[in-house]
Amino acid sequence: MSNQERKEAFLSPLWKTNPLFISLLGMCPALAVTKTLEAAFGMGILFTLVLVCSNVLISALRKWIPEEVRTPSYIVVIATFVTLVKMFAEAFLPELYSTLGVFVSLLVVNCIVLGRAEAFASKNGVLPSLLDGIGNGIGYTIAICLIAVIREVLGSGRLTFGATFTFLADLNGGEKIRVPLLKGEGYDLSMSFFSSPAGGFLVLGIVLAIIVAVTNAKENKKKADARIAAKKAKELAAANAAKEEAK
Amino acid sequence: MNYLAAFVMAIISYALIDNVVLSRFYGICSFIGVGNKVKSSLCMGAAVAFVIIMAAAICWPLYNFLLVPAGVAFLDTIAAILVIACLVMVVGLVMKKFLPALYQSLGIYLPLITTNCAVLGVVSENIASNLDFGMAMANAVGTSVGFALVIFLYACIRVRLEASSTPKAFKGIPIALVVASLMAMAFMGLQGIGA
Repeated sequence: MSNQERKEAFLSPLWKTNPLFISLLGMCPALAVTKTLEAAFGMGILFTLVLVCSNVLISALRKWIPEEVRTPSYIVVIATFVTLVKMFAEAFLPELYSTLGVFVSLLVVNCIVLGRAEAFASKNGVLPSLLDGIGNGIGYTIAICLIAVIREVLGSGRLTFGATFTFLADLNGGEKIRVPLLKGEGYDLSMSFFSSPAGGFLVLGIVLAIIVAVTNAKENKKKADARIAAKKAKELAAANAAKEEAK
Repeated sequence: MNYLAAFVMAIISYALIDNVVLSRFYGICSFIGVGNKVKSSLCMGAAVAFVIIMAAAICWPLYNFLLVPAGVAFLDTIAAILVIACLVMVVGLVMKKFLPALYQSLGIYLPLITTNCAVLGVVSENIASNLDFGMAMANAVGTSVGFALVIFLYACIRVRLEASSTPKAFKGIPIALVVASLMAMAFMGLQGIGA
């Protein structure tokens, strides 16, 4: 695999083939843990850990895993890393662990983790699989953090830091850090609807529609540009032919 | 008597108020993926219900009578996913033998029940919130009913949706999510029952 391809494996999942926005995978956590930015970011970290570890191990074992039992083998590998990550979170980030609840265990059946194992790690070497894992992990984290920012700002009117990652509050002298945006002294424009499950569905639906619209507009522009260029070339050729004839 | 009332209340609550898809966010993929044929949505609901109830009935004793006494409670996720994978295989084999037409129409969605988060979600929830066996089964039954109900309703809406003209950018998944949002709003109206 060339350097260019390695770079592509890392960079393209960040936006061009983003697992959530473009491939439309991993919707359950994208709705369930995006009520607050901190929870979404924490989920992104745990997700990336599981994805990177499982990608690396599966690509290292790819020559020994028999074709017929590959899916069960992948699930067992992933389940092992999820158990490890669960223990890690329970020990070091207990607030995050209790906020995310069963969604940490549900990483076992996350379509992105299984999908990357099947589509990438089972066919590529360890280093590209590592890069692919990091790229997809960061891409997914960016996507769910974007949804979470929209939902938290609209739903509770402000961004709160220190509720889930308590060390942030400790650094701030025991106080949670609150960034007032739609809600502050004497005004409150927040709509709690966006914190509810229905609001989550609506935000994700609209964000996906905007992304489709932007992609479509870009493609249309490309097509239009190509058409104009073709027309110009034709005119030029016609003019040249006319000149030749005049001679 | 009191326990029975709590049991029935728990089923209603898990099926409608805390609906599996619309408020607990399990199984969104299969909800969006399968739901455009009313009949196959019903069969899917039944198959998922069977797997959820069986998985919950097997995993509860497995966890409480085997993993916990043996001191390996942390293996719960791995044990649960293996039980679920075996159950799905059994359902697939039985269907292939006795209901071949249905087996064909469900196609790829049948093996995907293994990775349906609703199944593992119920099992993990039962373990995480330390429910007793009765309440664990109430969770399983309620969740199955809720899942079947929601994908059936969604398939009915989807039939109408395909005949209407949606804006180009909303075609497919985005409009499905907006529909889910409206359904979730309707189910929000049930909050407060039994409170």
